[in-house]
Amino acid sequence: MKKEKDLRFRVLDIVYILMMILPLVCGMVLNILLKPASEGIEITGAMIYFTLPMPIQPLQITEAQVNSVFVIITVLGLCLYLTHGLSVREPSKRQHLAEWIVEKTKGLVDGSMGEFFSGYAPFIGAILAISAFSSLLTLVGLYPPTSDINIVAGWAILVFILITYYKLKGGLLGYLKGFTEPIFVMTPLNILGEVATPVSMAFRHYGNVLSGSVIAVLISFALQNLSSLVLGWLPGILGDIPFLRVGLPAILSVYFDIFSGCMQAYIFAMLTMLNISGAFPADEYEERMRRKKAKLAAGK
Amino acid sequence: MELAIGLILAACALGAGICMGIGAIGPGVGEGTAVSKACEAIGRQPESKGAVTSTMIMGCAIAETTGIYSLVIAILLIFVAPNTMVGILKSAMEWAKTL
Repeated sequence: MKKEKDLRFRVLDIVYILMMILPLVCGMVLNILLKPASEGIEITGAMIYFTLPMPIQPLQITEAQVNSVFVIITVLGLCLYLTHGLSVREPSKRQHLAEWIVEKTKGLVDGSMGEFFSGYAPFIGAILAISAFSSLLTLVGLYPPTSDINIVAGWAILVFILITYYKLKGGLLGYLKGFTEPIFVMTPLNILGEVATPVSMAFRHYGNVLSGSVIAVLISFALQNLSSLVLGWLPGILGDIPFLRVGLPAILSVYFDIFSGCMQAYIFAMLTMLNISGAFPADEYEERMRRKKAKLAAGK
Repeated sequence: MELAIGLILAACALGAGICMGIGAIGPGVGEGTAVSKACEAIGRQPESKGAVTSTMIMGCAIAETTGIYSLVIAILLIFVAPNTMVGILKSAMEWAKTL
């Protein structure tokens, strides 16, 4: 017999669903209220909402930052909704979905990072979710935060800090010695290569998302001109409506927005995993820990 | 002055075009090679299709990086460089007047 859901459960459900939807609605309302009117065929950067005075340089709060906060709240609401009302006996549909997501992420992380890093599954899942949802934000007509280099560079710097932490954990001397390999002359190049990792990660993600939106704008612009050239003879207002712009940009957006966005999220997460696990010599570390323990035991 | 600004704009546009055109050769060839080898591998061992496909997509994304670099440079040349260059030119002209 199925247990009847009580009122509290339902109210919380509605709160979580609102948490998912409200940020997007907020973003759209901000978009409508604050953006100057255009025909949607302009290539501009993120709009600056306001500037905060700061000691070194004024801090600009842009559309990209605000939208990325909206995405974070949406993902949080989705997670809370999916994990609401977990039960061992009679799992609901959403619990099945949540379990599937967790299992897939765990499998991915275990497969490419190894046993030692299996605690990284939530981090990788968060990167995947936020990156994918940020790129998919174009579907509701908002500015995608991933097409602003500052947002993606922030993630890349976070990954760089993790990489350096694991390299240092493998031993400070080994880390410093790694710069002089294969010969001493290569040191500047090695330092450049170290810095190139976050730069290339940030540029790859940002460039792919941005190039998709630039191509979409160029194509809709071209289609509008073609439409006014071909169908301009129609009488009255009919001649002004760009009929050819209907449809084709949507088909292209399936590739550029949906496929490319999810693809880049996967690639960013994959590179994060490979870089972090590649930076840390797990076998050597365990060997050293074992020797240390043996020494301590011998000392006692 | 107008001639100088026009020259700057033309140089920026030309630079962006050349940058994108030459920068796209390498990734194009590289991705083509990767996909052709992946097709051969799938043809030889159809049961390994999933693993080969995911590895190929990963490799393609990495091979694309240099193309993306040139894309970023081209975007900078089109949208950012003209304003900066014209600003520098104008301030230089004002400085030259004061001499």
